[in-house]
Amino acid sequence: MLILTCPYCGVAADETELAPGGQAHLTRQGPGADSAAFEAYLFHRKNPKGVHFERWRHAHGCGKWFHAARDTVTLQVFGTYPAQSLTPPDTILKAIAATYPGFEWEGEA
Amino acid sequence: MSDPHTPMIAQIAQAPAQGMITLRGALSARKIAAAARAVAGVAMPGPLECRFDGARGIGWMSPDEALILLPRQDVAEALASLQKALVGVHATVVDVSDARAVFRVTGPHAREVLAKLSPADLSPAAFGPGAMRRTRLAQVPVAIWAEGDGAFSLICFRSVAVYVGALLAEAAQPGGAVGYFPSGA
Ligand SMILES: [Zn+2]
Repeated sequence: MLILTCPYCGVAADETELAPGGQAHLTRQGPGADSAAFEAYLFHRKNPKGVHFERWRHAHGCGKWFHAARDTVTLQVFGTYPAQSLTPPDTILKAIAATYPGFEWEGEA
Repeated sequence: MSDPHTPMIAQIAQAPAQGMITLRGALSARKIAAAARAVAGVAMPGPLECRFDGARGIGWMSPDEALILLPRQDVAEALASLQKALVGVHATVVDVSDARAVFRVTGPHAREVLAKLSPADLSPAAFGPGAMRRTRLAQVPVAIWAEGDGAFSLICFRSVAVYVGALLAEAAQPGGAVGYFPSGA
Protein backbone atom coordinates (compact mmCIF):
# COMPACT_ATOMS: atom_id res chain seq x y z
CA MET A 1 0.00 0.00 0.00
CA LEU A 2 1.16 3.47 -0.89
CA ILE A 3 0.65 6.44 1.46
CA LEU A 4 1.49 9.91 0.13
CA THR A 5 1.31 13.11 2.16
CA CYS A 6 -0.52 15.81 0.26
CA PRO A 7 1.68 18.93 0.33
CA TYR A 8 -1.39 21.19 0.28
CA CYS A 9 -3.51 19.90 3.15
CA GLY A 10 -0.98 17.75 4.98
CA VAL A 11 -3.14 14.63 4.97
CA ALA A 12 -1.26 11.34 4.79
CA ALA A 13 -3.53 9.96 2.10
CA ASP A 14 -4.04 6.32 1.33
CA GLU A 15 -3.47 5.30 -2.27
CA THR A 16 -7.22 4.73 -2.64
CA GLU A 17 -7.88 8.40 -1.80
CA LEU A 18 -5.63 9.49 -4.65
CA ALA A 19 -5.93 9.54 -8.42
CA PRO A 20 -2.74 8.81 -10.36
CA GLY A 21 -1.69 11.29 -13.04
CA GLY A 22 1.31 9.56 -14.60
CA GLN A 23 4.83 10.84 -15.13
CA ALA A 24 5.66 14.31 -13.82
CA HIS A 25 7.82 17.06 -15.31
CA LEU A 26 6.78 16.59 -18.93
CA THR A 27 7.52 19.39 -21.34
CA ARG A 28 4.28 20.44 -23.00
CA GLN A 29 4.73 20.50 -26.75
CA GLY A 30 2.57 23.06 -28.50
CA PRO A 31 1.41 23.64 -32.08
CA GLY A 32 4.90 24.77 -33.12
CA ALA A 33 6.52 21.47 -32.15
CA ASP A 34 7.71 18.98 -34.75
CA SER A 35 5.96 15.63 -35.07
CA ALA A 36 8.61 13.65 -33.21
CA ALA A 37 8.54 15.97 -30.19
CA PHE A 38 4.75 16.01 -30.15
CA GLU A 39 4.60 12.23 -30.37
CA ALA A 40 7.06 11.93 -27.50
CA TYR A 41 5.01 14.35 -25.39
CA LEU A 42 1.79 12.45 -26.05
CA PHE A 43 2.98 8.87 -25.86
CA HIS A 44 6.55 8.33 -24.63
CA ARG A 45 6.71 7.64 -20.91
CA LYS A 46 9.39 6.32 -18.61
CA ASN A 47 8.76 3.04 -16.89
CA PRO A 48 11.67 2.96 -14.47
CA LYS A 49 12.60 0.20 -12.09
CA GLY A 50 13.51 2.48 -9.22
CA VAL A 51 13.16 6.23 -8.72
CA HIS A 52 10.16 7.78 -10.44
CA PHE A 53 8.61 11.25 -10.38
CA GLU A 54 4.85 11.19 -10.67
CA ARG A 55 1.75 13.38 -10.60
CA TRP A 56 -1.03 12.51 -8.18
CA ARG A 57 -4.30 14.20 -7.29
CA HIS A 58 -5.75 14.24 -3.79
CA ALA A 59 -9.09 13.27 -5.32
CA HIS A 60 -10.91 12.08 -2.20
CA GLY A 61 -9.61 15.07 -0.28
CA CYS A 62 -8.63 18.65 -1.00
CA GLY A 63 -8.70 18.00 -4.75
CA LYS A 64 -5.22 19.39 -5.49
CA TRP A 65 -2.63 17.98 -7.88
CA PHE A 66 0.85 17.39 -6.49
CA HIS A 67 4.10 15.67 -7.37
CA ALA A 68 5.62 12.64 -5.65
CA ALA A 69 9.03 11.00 -5.88
CA ARG A 70 9.03 7.31 -5.04
CA ASP A 71 10.70 4.02 -5.73
CA THR A 72 8.64 1.75 -7.99
CA VAL A 73 10.36 -1.35 -6.63
CA THR A 74 10.44 -0.82 -2.86
CA LEU A 75 7.55 1.69 -2.71
CA GLN A 76 9.79 3.95 -0.62
CA VAL A 77 8.43 7.50 -0.81
CA PHE A 78 11.15 10.16 -1.04
CA GLY A 79 8.69 13.01 -0.67
CA THR A 80 5.87 15.03 -2.20
CA TYR A 81 5.94 18.61 -3.44
CA PRO A 82 3.61 21.15 -5.08
CA ALA A 83 2.55 20.63 -8.69
CA GLN A 84 3.83 24.11 -9.54
CA SER A 85 7.43 22.91 -9.12
CA LEU A 86 9.33 22.81 -12.40
CA THR A 87 12.11 20.74 -10.85
CA PRO A 88 12.17 18.41 -7.83
CA PRO A 89 13.19 20.39 -4.71
CA ASP A 90 16.64 19.83 -3.21
CA THR A 91 15.12 18.14 -0.16
CA ILE A 92 13.62 15.47 -2.42
CA LEU A 93 16.85 14.96 -4.36
CA LYS A 94 18.77 14.67 -1.07
CA ALA A 95 16.30 12.06 0.18
CA ILE A 96 16.79 10.06 -3.01
CA ALA A 97 20.58 10.39 -2.80
CA ALA A 98 20.45 9.00 0.74
CA THR A 99 19.12 5.75 -0.71
CA TYR A 100 20.82 5.93 -4.11
CA PRO A 101 24.16 7.74 -3.66
CA GLY A 102 25.07 9.75 -6.72
CA PHE A 103 21.51 9.92 -8.03
CA GLU A 104 20.96 12.77 -10.45
CA TRP A 105 17.67 13.98 -11.86
CA GLU A 106 17.53 13.50 -15.63
CA GLY A 107 15.64 16.75 -16.21
CA GLU A 108 12.33 17.36 -17.91
CA ALA A 109 11.13 14.79 -20.41
CA MET B 1 -29.87 -10.15 9.86
CA SER B 2 -30.05 -8.23 13.12
CA ASP B 3 -31.47 -9.57 16.32
CA PRO B 4 -34.22 -7.10 17.28
CA HIS B 5 -33.24 -7.42 20.94
CA THR B 6 -29.62 -6.41 20.42
CA PRO B 7 -28.94 -2.73 19.85
CA MET B 8 -27.05 -1.33 16.90
CA ILE B 9 -23.50 -0.33 17.87
CA ALA B 10 -24.13 3.24 16.63
CA GLN B 11 -27.11 5.30 15.62
CA ILE B 12 -27.30 6.58 12.07
CA ALA B 13 -29.61 9.45 11.18
CA GLN B 14 -29.88 11.44 8.00
CA ALA B 15 -30.09 15.06 9.07
CA PRO B 16 -32.98 17.15 7.85
CA ALA B 17 -32.36 19.73 5.14
CA GLN B 18 -29.07 21.44 5.96
CA GLY B 19 -28.10 24.80 4.52
CA MET B 20 -24.65 24.71 2.87
CA ILE B 21 -22.72 27.40 1.03
CA THR B 22 -19.42 26.75 -0.71
CA LEU B 23 -17.00 29.65 -0.49
CA ARG B 24 -13.93 29.55 -2.71
CA GLY B 25 -11.08 32.02 -2.59
CA ALA B 26 -8.03 32.83 -0.48
CA LEU B 27 -9.41 31.83 2.92
CA SER B 28 -6.94 33.95 4.85
CA ALA B 29 -7.73 37.11 2.87
CA ARG B 30 -9.15 39.69 5.29
CA LYS B 31 -12.31 40.46 3.34
CA ILE B 32 -13.12 36.80 2.67
CA ALA B 33 -12.54 35.70 6.26
CA ALA B 34 -14.63 38.63 7.54
CA ALA B 35 -17.50 37.90 5.13
CA ALA B 36 -17.54 34.24 6.17
CA ARG B 37 -17.46 35.13 9.84
CA ALA B 38 -20.34 37.56 9.43
CA VAL B 39 -22.69 34.83 8.16
CA ALA B 40 -21.28 31.80 10.01
CA GLY B 41 -20.68 33.39 13.39
CA VAL B 42 -17.29 31.73 13.78
CA ALA B 43 -13.76 32.52 12.65
CA MET B 44 -12.34 30.80 9.57
CA PRO B 45 -11.07 27.35 10.67
CA GLY B 46 -7.50 26.28 10.03
CA PRO B 47 -6.55 23.38 7.75
CA LEU B 48 -8.43 20.13 8.52
CA GLU B 49 -10.61 21.86 11.11
CA CYS B 50 -14.21 22.90 11.51
CA ARG B 51 -15.74 25.45 13.83
CA PHE B 52 -19.28 25.61 15.06
CA ASP B 53 -21.39 27.90 17.16
CA GLY B 54 -24.81 26.31 17.52
CA ALA B 55 -26.42 25.65 14.16
CA ARG B 56 -23.82 27.62 12.23
CA GLY B 57 -20.25 26.87 11.39
CA ILE B 58 -17.49 26.59 8.81
CA GLY B 59 -15.66 23.49 7.61
CA TRP B 60 -12.22 23.62 5.95
CA MET B 61 -12.47 21.75 2.65
CA SER B 62 -9.22 22.68 0.88
CA PRO B 63 -6.66 25.51 0.89
CA ASP B 64 -9.10 27.59 -1.15
CA GLU B 65 -12.49 26.17 -0.21
CA ALA B 66 -14.67 26.50 2.87
CA LEU B 67 -18.09 25.04 3.54
CA ILE B 68 -20.41 27.30 5.49
CA LEU B 69 -23.14 25.41 7.36
CA LEU B 70 -26.26 27.17 8.52
CA PRO B 71 -30.02 26.61 8.84
CA ARG B 72 -31.59 25.99 5.45
CA GLN B 73 -34.01 28.92 5.76
CA ASP B 74 -31.11 31.35 6.25
CA VAL B 75 -29.21 30.43 3.08
CA ALA B 76 -30.71 33.03 0.73
CA GLU B 77 -30.00 35.89 3.10
CA ALA B 78 -26.46 34.66 3.84
CA LEU B 79 -25.73 34.22 0.14
CA ALA B 80 -26.85 37.79 -0.59
CA SER B 81 -24.77 39.09 2.30
CA LEU B 82 -21.67 37.20 1.10
CA GLN B 83 -22.10 38.37 -2.47
CA LYS B 84 -22.41 41.97 -1.30
CA ALA B 85 -19.36 41.72 0.94
CA LEU B 86 -17.25 40.09 -1.78
CA VAL B 87 -17.89 42.50 -4.66
CA GLY B 88 -14.56 43.02 -6.43
CA VAL B 89 -12.92 40.18 -4.47
CA HIS B 90 -11.61 37.08 -6.29
CA ALA B 91 -14.01 34.61 -4.66
CA THR B 92 -17.13 32.61 -5.44
CA VAL B 93 -20.09 31.65 -3.27
CA VAL B 94 -22.61 29.01 -4.27
CA ASP B 95 -25.62 27.48 -2.53
CA VAL B 96 -24.86 23.74 -2.47
CA SER B 97 -27.57 22.75 0.02
CA ASP B 98 -29.27 20.52 -2.53
CA ALA B 99 -26.02 18.91 -3.68
CA ARG B 100 -25.19 17.08 -0.51
CA ALA B 101 -26.76 14.95 2.20
CA VAL B 102 -25.76 15.05 5.86
CA PHE B 103 -25.60 12.09 8.23
CA ARG B 104 -25.07 12.06 11.97
CA VAL B 105 -23.40 9.05 13.52
CA THR B 106 -23.69 8.79 17.31
CA GLY B 107 -23.28 6.24 20.05
CA PRO B 108 -20.33 4.57 21.78
CA HIS B 109 -19.00 2.97 18.60
CA ALA B 110 -19.66 5.84 16.18
CA ARG B 111 -15.93 6.33 15.58
CA GLU B 112 -15.45 2.67 14.86
CA VAL B 113 -18.34 2.50 12.40
CA LEU B 114 -16.72 5.28 10.35
CA ALA B 115 -13.21 3.87 10.70
CA LYS B 116 -14.36 0.52 9.32
CA LEU B 117 -15.43 2.22 6.10
CA SER B 118 -12.64 4.75 5.54
CA PRO B 119 -8.85 4.62 5.08
CA ALA B 120 -8.50 7.87 7.08
CA ASP B 121 -6.84 7.82 10.50
CA LEU B 122 -9.89 8.38 12.70
CA SER B 123 -8.19 7.44 15.98
CA PRO B 124 -9.02 9.74 18.92
CA ALA B 125 -5.46 11.11 18.85
CA ALA B 126 -5.61 12.03 15.17
CA PHE B 127 -9.26 12.96 14.88
CA GLY B 128 -10.49 14.77 17.98
CA PRO B 129 -13.35 17.25 18.37
CA GLY B 130 -13.17 20.01 15.78
CA ALA B 131 -11.25 17.90 13.27
CA MET B 132 -12.54 17.64 9.72
CA ARG B 133 -11.34 15.37 6.97
CA ARG B 134 -12.41 14.71 3.42
CA THR B 135 -11.85 11.09 2.58
CA ARG B 136 -13.43 8.01 1.09
CA LEU B 137 -16.26 5.98 2.60
CA ALA B 138 -16.18 2.63 0.81
CA GLN B 139 -16.57 3.73 -2.82
CA VAL B 140 -17.61 7.37 -2.52
CA PRO B 141 -16.10 10.69 -1.40
CA VAL B 142 -17.27 12.12 1.92
CA ALA B 143 -16.27 14.74 4.47
CA ILE B 144 -16.39 13.81 8.14
CA TRP B 145 -16.11 16.05 11.16
CA ALA B 146 -15.89 15.21 14.84
CA GLU B 147 -18.15 16.94 17.29
CA GLY B 148 -17.36 17.48 20.96
CA ASP B 149 -19.76 14.88 22.32
CA GLY B 150 -18.36 11.82 20.58
CA ALA B 151 -20.74 12.28 17.66
CA PHE B 152 -19.72 12.64 14.07
CA SER B 153 -21.27 14.31 11.06
CA LEU B 154 -20.68 13.27 7.51
CA ILE B 155 -21.59 14.81 4.18
CA CYS B 156 -21.75 13.04 0.84
CA PHE B 157 -23.22 13.82 -2.54
CA ARG B 158 -26.99 13.49 -2.42
CA SER B 159 -26.91 11.13 -5.40
CA VAL B 160 -25.14 8.51 -3.24
CA ALA B 161 -27.01 9.21 0.02
CA VAL B 162 -28.98 5.94 -0.12
CA TYR B 163 -25.73 4.01 -0.61
CA VAL B 164 -24.01 5.83 2.27
CA GLY B 165 -27.02 5.35 4.57
CA ALA B 166 -27.01 1.61 3.84
CA LEU B 167 -23.24 1.34 4.34
CA LEU B 168 -23.38 3.06 7.72
CA ALA B 169 -26.33 0.94 8.84
CA GLU B 170 -24.50 -2.22 7.80
CA ALA B 171 -21.35 -1.21 9.67
CA ALA B 172 -23.43 -0.45 12.77
CA GLN B 173 -25.13 -3.85 12.94
CA PRO B 174 -25.29 -5.50 16.37
CA GLY B 175 -22.14 -7.47 17.00
CA GLY B 176 -20.18 -5.29 14.60
CA ALA B 177 -17.95 -3.69 17.23
CA VAL B 178 -14.26 -4.35 16.69
CA GLY B 179 -13.10 -2.81 19.95
CA TYR B 180 -10.12 -1.12 18.35
CA PHE B 181 -10.77 2.27 19.92
CA PRO B 182 -11.53 2.78 23.60
CA SER B 183 -15.32 2.77 23.87
CA GLY B 184 -16.83 6.22 23.88
CA ALA B 185 -13.65 7.90 22.64
ZN1 LIG C 1 -4.76 17.41 -0.01
